[in-house]
Amino acid sequence: MSELTGYNFAYLDEQTKRMIRRGLLKAVAVPGLQVPFGGREMPLPYGWGTGGIQVTAAIIGDDDCLKVIDQGADDTTNAVSIRRFFAKTAQVATTEVTEDASIIQTRHRIPETPLVSGQILVYQVPIPEPLRFIEPRETETRKMHALSEYGVMHVKLYEDIAQFGQIATAYAYPVMVNGRYVMDPSPIPKFDNPKMHQNPALQLFGAGREKRLYAVPPYTDVVSLDFEDHPFEIQRWDGVCELCGADDTFLDEVVVDDQGARMFVCSDTHHCRSRRGEDA
Amino acid sequence: MREPILTARDVTREYAPGQGCLGVSLDVWPGEVLGIVGESGSGKSTLLRLLSGQESPDSGTLQFIDRHQTVWDLCSSSESDLRYLGRTEFGIIHQNPRDGLRLRISAGGNIGERLMGVGERHYGDIRAEAEKWLAEVEIDPSRIDDRPAVFSGGMQQRLQIARNLVTHPKLVFMDEPTGGLDVSVQAKLLDTLKRLVHDLGISVVIVTHDMGVARLLADRLLVMKSGQVIESGLTDQVLDDPHAAYTQQLVASILQVN
Amino acid sequence: MYVAVKGGERAIEQAHTLLAEMRRGDPSVPELTLEQIQNQMSLAVDRVMNEGSLFDPELAALAIKQAQGDMIEAIFLLRAYRTTLPRHGNSTPIQTGQMRIIRRISAVFKDVPGGQLLGPTYDYTHRLLDFQLAVNAVDTEDDESEPEVPTATESASDDSELAAVLSILENEGLVEAPPVGEASETDITRTPLEFPADRATRLQALARGDEGFVLALAYSTQRGYGRNHPFAGEIRSGAVPLAMEVEELGYALPVGELLMTECEMINQFEGSAEVPPTFTRGYGLQVGLSERKAMSMALLDRSLRTQEFDEEVESAAQDEEFVLAHCDNVEAWGFVSHLKLPHYVDFQSELELIRRLRAQREADGDE
Repeated sequence: MSELTGYNFAYLDEQTKRMIRRGLLKAVAVPGLQVPFGGREMPLPYGWGTGGIQVTAAIIGDDDCLKVIDQGADDTTNAVSIRRFFAKTAQVATTEVTEDASIIQTRHRIPETPLVSGQILVYQVPIPEPLRFIEPRETETRKMHALSEYGVMHVKLYEDIAQFGQIATAYAYPVMVNGRYVMDPSPIPKFDNPKMHQNPALQLFGAGREKRLYAVPPYTDVVSLDFEDHPFEIQRWDGVCELCGADDTFLDEVVVDDQGARMFVCSDTHHCRSRRGEDA
Repeated sequence: MREPILTARDVTREYAPGQGCLGVSLDVWPGEVLGIVGESGSGKSTLLRLLSGQESPDSGTLQFIDRHQTVWDLCSSSESDLRYLGRTEFGIIHQNPRDGLRLRISAGGNIGERLMGVGERHYGDIRAEAEKWLAEVEIDPSRIDDRPAVFSGGMQQRLQIARNLVTHPKLVFMDEPTGGLDVSVQAKLLDTLKRLVHDLGISVVIVTHDMGVARLLADRLLVMKSGQVIESGLTDQVLDDPHAAYTQQLVASILQVN
Repeated sequence: MYVAVKGGERAIEQAHTLLAEMRRGDPSVPELTLEQIQNQMSLAVDRVMNEGSLFDPELAALAIKQAQGDMIEAIFLLRAYRTTLPRHGNSTPIQTGQMRIIRRISAVFKDVPGGQLLGPTYDYTHRLLDFQLAVNAVDTEDDESEPEVPTATESASDDSELAAVLSILENEGLVEAPPVGEASETDITRTPLEFPADRATRLQALARGDEGFVLALAYSTQRGYGRNHPFAGEIRSGAVPLAMEVEELGYALPVGELLMTECEMINQFEGSAEVPPTFTRGYGLQVGLSERKAMSMALLDRSLRTQEFDEEVESAAQDEEFVLAHCDNVEAWGFVSHLKLPHYVDFQSELELIRRLRAQREADGDE
């Protein structure tokens, strides 16, 4: 990919990167705390991953190898677009192989392949505030976090059970980090929540529009909120992936004809391909 | 020897010269209902907000003793402490139940919120407790999943009371709790309140301009005028033999209505 | 109460002369043609047509030129012209199922019958200033990777209708059926808005509402002020046939095609004791490629359906009167700009009053 002239390595200037890194250090030091940062305008629209891109730009170096996924797939348009952005502005190596990546930027999924120590998972976050839909005002939610007033989160879960007989939150399912802060895990399916717990990789979260950073350091407790008599559960499917036969992955539903016929396939395209032996 | 659970000394909060609450001192004793009466603008609602920690006084002292005999200086307590007291030791019944309820949350959720706020994490237990409290305030427990938005004004007020009492607060503040209700609904609600206050042995500070409400609920009365307490005593004594001219007028006004 | 402006006639004439000069700019630079605006600023033209409520690209281009690129001024110009036009009749309802697609995406399924078609979009461009464009003649002919841009006329779908993505969920009963209302007889450009408005009236108002206002309120619903959890079920753009009922003929006469953009949002399920959880929907429709506006409109359509779903009105975006009464930018700018008119008399009255009050206070203080 041709080099882009007139811009710094990885697009952001070094001072901005340092500012973001300072925010990230604070975020790592206080797991789950939302750290405000001076988010910059990025050459991508807000809501498309400007937070994730700024985090990646702040931490990426010459010798990094970047993987970008959206909905678990490397080939979705937004993932391709962001991968090309860094290939162009930082000339770093890119990969689709989870094991080969030192940095994985993601939207809405955690890879099925377990991450290892030394890897960094960068989440794109639209709404960092888990209390937002209960309390729209930032002044109030900050107080609630500061005072650990989280009872109202359970009110939401209570309402779900009262109305639907079960907790009806399927994605962006709130978690308690390190026993202190309630955190929005970004809109990953709750299927992925258990992967956050005690993960050997560093998990960084960037919300560009809302200008917040937060983090889950390696080997940190991440517990999904629930009730004693209605414990947290992940999604399950009746069938298996129709391409690779996996029975333990998150499956995407693909509509294949006008009559509404469907097939179910792994959302993690790399994982699916490697199971089929197609991995290069 | 019993001590007052809430002690106010020279509490002042002046919005404009002569307006607000000026140098009020009072004691609230365990299990008593203290009525604060006066016309609108007399400073009684301001006093209630000061006593319940919703607002800070310009000067004076406020002391509260909780169920563990811990003494709290409300004037110098942090917001964190005040909010803790607000969801454990205090209850606040607003005149307009919509101010004290979450209208898009079910009745059960409204009652359960305080339980969850103090760490209750068993859905079945929370629900059972909510059903019990609906019955206590004479709402059909089968309405547990209905939202308060579809309740009548009287039912909303009952729900607000249940939501406050579920964690057995020690001290409940009420601001014109029967304010917006029809007379017949008022009477039923007052009966419920009187029974609950008696059964639970809680202390209550109730602000009202309605002498009928005061007579029915309050053990003792404070009469406020222009931000100051001008008369106080046992309810019957104040209402049957008012000393201050202003109190006489207040009492006379209710006689006219009756 | 307004004071008439006196002796301003010459001043106004001079102002118009200056305005014409400013609009023209440096005379040594060639003047813009309407063809240039229509072709190279087509999204601006689309916006002016939508909010001006008139499909006429040439007139919209003229309005943009005349307004020096001030969009609200251009919209105003187009509306002021539109109001003078006679109405010959109504078209038959357009069928977006018959759209010849140039762009069609769904965010809810990875693939959908009929396929996802990215089409001409800024979505995946990196917003890096392209200094090549600053140099006049960019020779697109030499571009090695010249993409095949599908146009409406050569798009994949021939005569067959392309089913809406939401109909797939509809067949399973997972999403509410499209709300069928009587096609509203109300035309908000002819009759004043009345509250509560029916949905058709609301959609009309939103369709010509200010893009920025509609966008900002739609955004507020996503941030918690309005409880809206949307998914972009389908966004499609393309040419839709337009036909008119002509009484003498007795059938609908095709009169042309409109380039349109339609958005259907899927929103969080509602449910009650009687109704099982079901996705609800919001609808947006605009002429041209006004996708930002169509999406925002669909979000607001849903957030304003509070009555149907017995939802509490808690936020601006759910408040029909607030939204509809303020979404019209010509009205809004008119009233804001009127503050520039003289208010000498009113202000004088206020001055007199405030002086009297202050004097009174001083006098009281002296006592």
